Amino acid sequence: MSTASTVAGAAQVKERNLRGIELALTLVALAIGALALILVQYGALGGLRPVPLVFAGVYAVSVLAVHVTLRITASHADPILLPVSALINAFGLIMIYRIDLEKQVTALWSPAARQVVWSVLALAAAIVTLLLLRDHRTLQRYTYISMLAAIVLLLLPMVPGLGSYNGTNARLWVHLGPIAFQPSEFAKIALAVFFAGYLVQHREALSLTGHRILGIRFPRARDFGPILVVWAVSMLVLVFQHDLGTSLLYFGLFLVMLYVATGLTSWVWIGLGMFALGGWAASRVITYVQGRFDAWLKPLDTKVYDTPGGSYQLVQGLFGQANGGLFGTGLGKGYPGITPLSQSDYIWASLGEELGLIGAFAILCLYLVLISRGIRVGFAGQDDFGKLLGVGVSFVLALQVFIVIGGVTRVIPLTGLPTPFLAAGGSSLLANWVIVGLLARITNSIRVGNREAVS
Amino acid sequence: MTRRLRRITILVFLMFLALFTSTSIIQVLSASSLQADSRNTRTTISSYSVQRGEILAGDQVIAKSVPVNSLYRFQRQYIDSELYSSVVGYYTRTQGSAGIEQAMNSELTGKSDTQFFDRIRTLVTGRGQQGASVTLTIDPKIQQAAKNALGSQVGSAVALNPKTGQILAMVSNPGYDANQLTGSDTDTVIARYKALLQDPEKPLINRTIGGDTYPPGSTFKLVVTAAALEAGFTPDSEFPNPSSLTLTGSTTQIHNDGDGTCGSGSTTTLRTALQLSCNIPFAELGAQLGQKRIAAMAKKLGFGTTLKIPMRVTPSVFPSKMTTAQLELSSFGQYDVRATPLQMAMVSAAIANGGKVLAPGLVQSVQNDRLQTLSSFHVRSLGQAMDSKVASTLVDMMTYNVQSGAIASARIDGVDVAGKTGTAETTKSAQYTLWFTGFAPANDPKVVVAVAVENGGSYDHSLGSHQIAAPIGRDIMKAVLSE
Repeated sequence: MSTASTVAGAAQVKERNLRGIELALTLVALAIGALALILVQYGALGGLRPVPLVFAGVYAVSVLAVHVTLRITASHADPILLPVSALINAFGLIMIYRIDLEKQVTALWSPAARQVVWSVLALAAAIVTLLLLRDHRTLQRYTYISMLAAIVLLLLPMVPGLGSYNGTNARLWVHLGPIAFQPSEFAKIALAVFFAGYLVQHREALSLTGHRILGIRFPRARDFGPILVVWAVSMLVLVFQHDLGTSLLYFGLFLVMLYVATGLTSWVWIGLGMFALGGWAASRVITYVQGRFDAWLKPLDTKVYDTPGGSYQLVQGLFGQANGGLFGTGLGKGYPGITPLSQSDYIWASLGEELGLIGAFAILCLYLVLISRGIRVGFAGQDDFGKLLGVGVSFVLALQVFIVIGGVTRVIPLTGLPTPFLAAGGSSLLANWVIVGLLARITNSIRVGNREAVS
Repeated sequence: MTRRLRRITILVFLMFLALFTSTSIIQVLSASSLQADSRNTRTTISSYSVQRGEILAGDQVIAKSVPVNSLYRFQRQYIDSELYSSVVGYYTRTQGSAGIEQAMNSELTGKSDTQFFDRIRTLVTGRGQQGASVTLTIDPKIQQAAKNALGSQVGSAVALNPKTGQILAMVSNPGYDANQLTGSDTDTVIARYKALLQDPEKPLINRTIGGDTYPPGSTFKLVVTAAALEAGFTPDSEFPNPSSLTLTGSTTQIHNDGDGTCGSGSTTTLRTALQLSCNIPFAELGAQLGQKRIAAMAKKLGFGTTLKIPMRVTPSVFPSKMTTAQLELSSFGQYDVRATPLQMAMVSAAIANGGKVLAPGLVQSVQNDRLQTLSSFHVRSLGQAMDSKVASTLVDMMTYNVQSGAIASARIDGVDVAGKTGTAETTKSAQYTLWFTGFAPANDPKVVVAVAVENGGSYDHSLGSHQIAAPIGRDIMKAVLSE
């Protein structure tokens, strides 16, 4: 008995330290952000300006508010999530502000100011998530509602009068009054919840029943139904919203969660085959997709470069990154604004230009740390739903980073997704901070569960 | 489930590995080729974001970059641009560059290999990068004297130190004001550039080293004389002295200047032929020497060689595979013989320097922003063109040209001057090119000059090279000797 209480006491000391670690790391992250902001101002303006510092202060206070919420409602949550996400978000804010300076945007309601407001709202969303969701397992009850929500969100931009291209190539936007948002960003959370709930319930049926044909186990039609639905929705997104990235994101998320839940490798291949087939057909039918392939394969070709919607933007991004080189031009010293959409789709090229390969590697490492903390849930988690959900939302982050940065750096054809935490845009920030809240909640339950097991 | 999660973890790492790789390829491996892409506006802009180095003549700054408040952080400023334009050139955002600005661009922008450690230093200290400054061999006083001597004539003059090859003055007339090409308004700059380009007097061309090379006329007789002396002729070698000569295998008749004989008597000597610049004896001499010997001497003196001073010098030409008639014409610098004033200065310099040909150059030193010298002028020999005895014989003959009164206009009080004029005619109606090349003092040469004036009048109206080109050369030599 005394041994057990000692162990529990030791565990408690360790747990109290979790929040201490988080606070220390968060302060370090905020200090790095503040330093970078000061460097931008000296680099681009040669002196300090007070207003951006006030905005930075508001952001810092909001981040610390999340920390306080964690202390109160999820004191055992992973201490790495908040500081890493806050730091990536800060890099995005600073780069957007820096490009405002380059473009000599003087209005108070500048893209950077908007992004700060969105960041504060997103941090508030994370707090709300933590306050409302005291146990992530309650989400399992909303499995089918989540599916419905996801499908509605995905199809919303196709509704006449609501959806729009919002000046981009993809019809991803929904206008509600003055606010334009990208429902697909929220749909990825809803889908992860649905997949986790559905697969936890059905994985036995999925992996053990069905017919074997040519050594591959095919599922029963009624188990296979939802998979077909997801594939169909992904294809709809591709065909009607002109967005390869989003459909790849959902489909990839689904395949990975399916694989983790059932271990059926064959399905992954079937799924990939179906997606490749759809993608190939789309590239033949939709000229826009074809153009993206040309721009990907031979961006420097004069003809591709000069075609409207050709590789001009992509190549400007490449020029920017090349200008950065190994060490970068230094904050405030490059010309990221030359690249179109330098604050959103091409923010990766903007960061690469001013922070160099070293800075780019640092940011990729931050993403890796964040994602690996999420995937860790899968290894250490107590309940299958939580494990699947944690892995799902982490993987969707990883896949999104890969699709966007891979598009800008020519690993894959370019698609129009926001870079998580970095790109200008509110929907993406809100969704990603909700994911951070979810991961905090799930990791909290792991350590609480461990403590219960010990005592 | 753990095994599957491991696989997913590996997948995530592979995806990130792809991103690490692709970013490295773009930012490091292919960065230089992307930056060299002509569509890359960042490269243009960033060349204006480093403070481009200064260009100096002596201790005078003649080109510098001053900070301006625009996307391009610096603007080029030229001092006494009309005086130095043929040397310094220009540096524009959209219309390219010329002169030293072009030839020394990597040093001026700090991108040359010798500045590698400077780049690392600026990276560490965070100070703005500065290009190296380039000091020229040009002497402002001599440059000014050359400009004054040329006056309003269209043409060019170049002065060399025969013992080193350092270019002391280089003027091409008319010059231009390079400051009109540096403004931030692209359309204005393009319009002004086009106007300069279409100007019939071609101010953008540095006539001393390029553009349309000129027929060297009688100054080329120095080359033929050198070949003759090497082949065993002496200044007293005799040639038949008719008042007209029908070119071998043709009906074309040639004459001496003034349509008379070359001095009195039925024969004339090589010394007299050079002194009075007679065409007929040289045609006879050329035919006797043969194409090979003259071509070999021309080649040793620099004809046919592409020099970099560091600007590219248009190679001067002595034609090959000529008929005897063509060879006879070429022997007094007509037909298709072409030479730059710098080349003719090199011929005189070789004679003045005991037959040794030295590479001419404009850059005295390159210094980084901490005043460390990165490179400096060094004498570079291009070989021995003629025996030193031949050279000293030629010095005597050229000195006689001036002393005897044939080129009295090149005389300087108290100093022996060596010289040779030339009047190059292309057609009877075209404007003549009037030449002078020479050096002083003849016994210990300190300066070599070559002058070419383009609008020297036509057949019936030419004042001749004695009246126009020789005094220009004399004034430049005087400026050097009075220092």
